[in-house]
Amino acid sequence: MLRRPLGVAPARALSSIGPLLALLAACAFFAARSDRFLTGGNLSLVLQQVMVVGVLAIGQTLVILTAGVDLACGAIMALGGIVMTTLAARLGVPVPLAIAAGMGVTTLFGVAHGLLITSLRLPPFIVTLGTLNIAFALTQLHSRGQTVTGIPAALGALGDTFQLGGTRIVYGAVLMLVLYGVAWFGLRETAAGRHVHAVGGAPEAARLAGIHTRALLIGVYALAGLLYGVAALLSVARTGVGDPNAGQTDNLDAITAVVLGGTSLFGGRGSVLGSLVGALIVGVFRNGLTLMGVSSVYQILVTGVLVILAVATDQLTREGRR
Amino acid sequence: MRALHALLLIALAASLAAGCAREQSSQPIIGLITKTETNPFFVKMREGAEAAAKARGARLLSGAGRNDGDNAGQVTAMENMIAAGARVILITVSDAKAIVPAIAKARRDGILVIALDSPTDPVTAVDALFATDNYRAGTLIGQYARAALAGKPARIATLDLLPGHPVGAQRHNGFLAGFGLAAPDAGSTTLGTAQEVVCSVDTYGDQTRGQTAMENCLQRDPGINVVYTVNEPSAAGAHKALVAAGREKDVIVVSVDGGCQGVRDVGAGHIAATAQQYPLRMAELGVEAGVDFVKSGKKPSGYTDTGVALVAARPVSGVESLGVDVGLQRCFGDR
Repeated sequence: MLRRPLGVAPARALSSIGPLLALLAACAFFAARSDRFLTGGNLSLVLQQVMVVGVLAIGQTLVILTAGVDLACGAIMALGGIVMTTLAARLGVPVPLAIAAGMGVTTLFGVAHGLLITSLRLPPFIVTLGTLNIAFALTQLHSRGQTVTGIPAALGALGDTFQLGGTRIVYGAVLMLVLYGVAWFGLRETAAGRHVHAVGGAPEAARLAGIHTRALLIGVYALAGLLYGVAALLSVARTGVGDPNAGQTDNLDAITAVVLGGTSLFGGRGSVLGSLVGALIVGVFRNGLTLMGVSSVYQILVTGVLVILAVATDQLTREGRR
Repeated sequence: MRALHALLLIALAASLAAGCAREQSSQPIIGLITKTETNPFFVKMREGAEAAAKARGARLLSGAGRNDGDNAGQVTAMENMIAAGARVILITVSDAKAIVPAIAKARRDGILVIALDSPTDPVTAVDALFATDNYRAGTLIGQYARAALAGKPARIATLDLLPGHPVGAQRHNGFLAGFGLAAPDAGSTTLGTAQEVVCSVDTYGDQTRGQTAMENCLQRDPGINVVYTVNEPSAAGAHKALVAAGREKDVIVVSVDGGCQGVRDVGAGHIAATAQQYPLRMAELGVEAGVDFVKSGKKPSGYTDTGVALVAARPVSGVESLGVDVGLQRCFGDR
């Protein structure tokens, strides 16, 4: 090695504030290009445009922290949304029950993930690849490919807005921020949260330390499933319909947000707030480039470059730790 | 669907094991391959094909890719159908260029291949094409939007399909031409631009992306008063964004497809006008041409326009349109 790896401390710092710097740089760039970018209304818009992927990314962060990955999150979300809307709009089930049923279905998928991964020792990648297909097919069969319209207002309540100093803010975006706060606190301040990091970073050591790895993993996947149910509710509230084709690229979008946020795909290290920043980076580019009148394909290009940069940073940090 | 594939494979294996050539059944077998199984447009197409096959004493096999753009899935379905004895393939291509080699191989083996709804690239890769004239569909809604705007200066947003897609380009450019703006001709896959077009975003025909695109376009230019959308789901997304901005009453949204939900949206005033296409008719014509080929060896050729009609709640002078009630009688999807 001619090149000395980055020292641990600076590299650590870079991987935790790097995403935030990238977000601020992007904001500064677009604010200079468009006088509409930094208005309250526009920033509120970016928040509501990322809220669905943002909530999926919380679940995805939990899973990736345990050194797993969840390819099925978008498909499971679409199924949850179709269950909620068909029950409420076509069968007249009361809204709270319809929501509970949709979230129940997504949580069940999470429990199934946990059981298959821990009992049969199957890799998460394979398990969720399987359930991605199962959830997609169930969504199509259940909806017969038709968008569900005429949903009760209560089911779309999270898409309503309130005024805050002249800016209209969607309730769903606030819910997303609250969930991020809860997840951040839980991962940082509770024993279970620290165990999640331990199981992902050093599974053998965690087992020897007496952590119930199996129960913890099932819990993490179940909680992720519940969060996909919340995302389903947000998706229904945002579009006002049950869309059988919702979320088809959301699995990769959520993983992208987590990676951009500096969470390591090797497990054990990362930050859930970083995932929020990651989701916002993608949203800011999409919004800002449209304001500039530039093709949204460039947003995809920029996202790709940033993903490589984020993982490269993570890799340098790991080298520094060895 | 999987069961059908499995049956086809078992049938193939059985015939190979018996060491016999394909059984010559007297009944013409026709394969219909759509982009997806569940999209209401293709469900309607399958219904039409099944009814026409029954009426003409033919057997219909149907298959599809997994999702829009799944070329490999379509190739697999085609191979299986030909193995099962299909002499005619009707296909709605997912990928206009990528499917061409597989079609060429089938045609060399004496199979008649007809494209429905979407052209291949080049168009001559198939024996015949039965489809909507998408450029004309765009022209109709362009004319309508221009008349409905009644001389006000236009500020247009276009919610397009995806880069380089011929159908998306034909609708977009047809719309510009119908609106009276300079536009590329029907052969072009490049989206035309004009000073009046203040915002263009690809939506992939998706409702959520349509909503996001419209929100961002309104940020870019709050004065937008005409919205062209490539299909009705993206129009539904655009409407949601317009409602949130309080602009749904004074913006003209036009679209293409004429699905039942889209026509209902026209009735509700969410969409001003939509150009309706007729998948059932595409499938009927395709099956009939296929049966004729099996019985007499006569091949259809060239392009057959399966018709397009404007559906609008409020007619404008100088542009012919159907009412919402007629549109609902002829739509595809759940009524």
